[in-house]
Amino acid sequence: MNNIRKNRIKDQVFKFWGIACTFLGLILLMIFIGSIIVDGVQRIDWSFITSLPSRKAERAGIYTALMGSVWILIFTTIIALPLGIAAAIYLEEYAKESKLASLLEVNISNLAGVPSIIYGLLGLEVFVRIMEMGASVLAGSFTLALLILPIVIVSTRESIKAVPKSIRDASFALGASKWQTVSQQLLPASFGGILTGIILALSRAVGETAPLIVIGALAYVPFAPESPMDEFSVLPIQIFNWISRPQHGFETNAAAAIIVLLLITFIMNGIAVYFRNRWQSKLK
Amino acid sequence: MRKFKETVIEKGLQASALVTIAVTVGIILVLSIEAILFFKEVSIIDFLTDTQWTPLYTDKHFGIITLLSGTLLTSFIAIIFAVPVGLSISIYISEYAPRSFRKTIKPALELLAAVPTVVYGFFALTVVTPFLQTFIPGLAGFNSLSAGLVMGIMIIPFVSSLSEDALHAVPNSLREAAYGMGSTKLQNAFRVLVPAASSGIIVSIILAISRAIGETMIVAIAAGQQPRLTIDPTVPVETITAYIVQVSLGDVQHGSLEYRTIFAAGITLFIFTFLLNTVSYKIRKKFREKYE
Amino acid sequence: MKENKDTIDKSLKRKHKLQTKDVKVFYDDFMAIKGIDMNIRANKITAFIGPSGCGKSTFLRLFNRMNDYIDGFRMEGEILIDGENIYKKKVNVEQLRKQVGMVFQKPNPFPKSIYENVAYGLKIQGIKDKSYLKDKVEDSLKQVGLWNEVKEDINKSALALSGGQQQRLCIARTLAVEPSIILMDEPTSALDPISTAKIEELIYELKEKYTIVIVTHNMQQAGRISDYTAFFYMGELIEYDKSKKLFTNPEKKQTENYITGRFG
Repeated sequence: MNNIRKNRIKDQVFKFWGIACTFLGLILLMIFIGSIIVDGVQRIDWSFITSLPSRKAERAGIYTALMGSVWILIFTTIIALPLGIAAAIYLEEYAKESKLASLLEVNISNLAGVPSIIYGLLGLEVFVRIMEMGASVLAGSFTLALLILPIVIVSTRESIKAVPKSIRDASFALGASKWQTVSQQLLPASFGGILTGIILALSRAVGETAPLIVIGALAYVPFAPESPMDEFSVLPIQIFNWISRPQHGFETNAAAAIIVLLLITFIMNGIAVYFRNRWQSKLK
Repeated sequence: MRKFKETVIEKGLQASALVTIAVTVGIILVLSIEAILFFKEVSIIDFLTDTQWTPLYTDKHFGIITLLSGTLLTSFIAIIFAVPVGLSISIYISEYAPRSFRKTIKPALELLAAVPTVVYGFFALTVVTPFLQTFIPGLAGFNSLSAGLVMGIMIIPFVSSLSEDALHAVPNSLREAAYGMGSTKLQNAFRVLVPAASSGIIVSIILAISRAIGETMIVAIAAGQQPRLTIDPTVPVETITAYIVQVSLGDVQHGSLEYRTIFAAGITLFIFTFLLNTVSYKIRKKFREKYE
Repeated sequence: MKENKDTIDKSLKRKHKLQTKDVKVFYDDFMAIKGIDMNIRANKITAFIGPSGCGKSTFLRLFNRMNDYIDGFRMEGEILIDGENIYKKKVNVEQLRKQVGMVFQKPNPFPKSIYENVAYGLKIQGIKDKSYLKDKVEDSLKQVGLWNEVKEDINKSALALSGGQQQRLCIARTLAVEPSIILMDEPTSALDPISTAKIEELIYELKEKYTIVIVTHNMQQAGRISDYTAFFYMGELIEYDKSKKLFTNPEKKQTENYITGRFG
């Protein structure tokens, strides 16, 4: 009896410990976001968004970095999207159970675990040096596209897998070829899920810093890129650069730029969750 | 004609899938070629045994252990923090919390992993370090403690989410059996469910370690850039990743020895994470077969 | 078995192990049990029969509060064991389950050794005395007739046993904590006929020491082993009587339809 009582107390203690742990990370995150907003929000105004970088903290803006991020995002999407979806279709619908398929599977799982900075080294050697793209938007986009490729493939496969088998059967039974089934039934039916995965992958790309630093993206770029071959900076690199400077004014700038970056990240995540929920309820 | 079109499409799709193999081959080739060139100039024995890392100075030393110790120290702190917390979260969510709570809290926790790491670095440097300095007076401005702790926060969802999936996958009949014998939830969790879900939990921990080892921006910002062979968490250190960033920010000539050091450092990092990922993949495969 | 009606009534009053008073169960808005009054007698085997979804399993699981973990579950009324309401606020659920053991539909041994399975219930109570545990494990395995089959493999995984052996192990596991009531939720539905016969025999022996309530799909089984049978339909207790009487001469039309196989 006594023991049972003790066990119950332990059980209750653990329950509160569990609640504390669950909220610990989120509370810390909120404290942090709160402190950043306090630090940075008064710095955010139209001119902060539209100004070029400057040596003077109070005159510096994020325009070139923000535009750099947008360019990178667009080209990363253009490269990773068709490649990732095509690879996923091949793995899910064409290559099932073959030796090649299991090799591809191990390989993709492994790529997903390669640190992002290693992709930077790959990009530096292959895109920047060998293909002579220099530290351009295009080199950066290729690097990030390869980085998010495993994420796009995995999430696309999950979405295609979630399409009920009956739809496949029905399509084949009507005499449709494999590709007709894929393009006219499976892709439309899994569109919401694929979109979710891609947005999540892109939200990861938008926050990436290390691989772009490694390929030589600069902290100080006087103008926004005008072509894919131009040099560029991105928001996270701009933030990193400001953090590294001793003057307090730049810390405020960093906080303000972080607010913008977090806003972009959270909005993308929010959109992704929205699409996922809508898609999942439609699938049922 | 239709058959021809189908074949062309299939080959196209296959080619896209093969790009992933090309990426792996590319990574291995790039790292090894540059590393081989590096080891032509620096003996591999020095690389593995020297206790100093000073490639950017005139008196050059190339002891990777120095960087590795920084990487392992920060990762260790992160793991020591994230594993108990993440595991407790997973047990709480899967065994104690109401179902509806599970649906909201899991995406919320995954948000922790969605925050860009440069942001976490700022957090470690400007919030956590000053806070810790109030009761650890000797704490340097750059240190592995706050970098490690913040990295721990970042990897909590890796541990909690995958462990929770594993606990959730344990058949309900085992839960009922344990409750039917008069177990409390805690006894059920630790005596029955955690052992039954152990492979999934181990996978989650391995992936978290791999993630910590490869993490770059948090340590580059908050742990410092001073290579030092130490286990003291209060002083600045430099990790493998932070070193690569440091060199990349400077003006290093392509083809120079300094340039090649980042590939030598990179291949060390790659080998570590590759081993961890392979082990976790193997366990996961086995574990999947067990349940299906 | 030739008692007259008066003596049955008397013994009913004396030997009520379990009583339910106007018990209703809701899952959110759905009423699964619609007000059941019932008395279950000590050291007898009582069988619950009825078509799927009639509430018999839900009703059984009230006696050790196993429904507590189901989302949206709510209960009204009282359930008394030895005159004590087990749904009172201060009742210790773990203590209750030690007293009311349960055997489930599918054998569900823990993925541990045979020994660890049987010792589990004692260990979680904080009993650490090795020789006591060993004796208790041996004792329980002997009671279910499994000792001679497994005594060499006591430290091997319980998952290596056959289905029938696993179920007997689960019963042994329950006996080890010395309950006074054992609930069985279709304990043989996942087993082959030979294993089923063994378990039935075992259940019959166990009633010497325990009060047994068994849910079964199988009417022959209910007829073979139980002293009393209760027929449930749509969340209500339709008829409850001595098994012999209920199966040969039911009072209600619905019962008759069910036992003659006209529905369900």
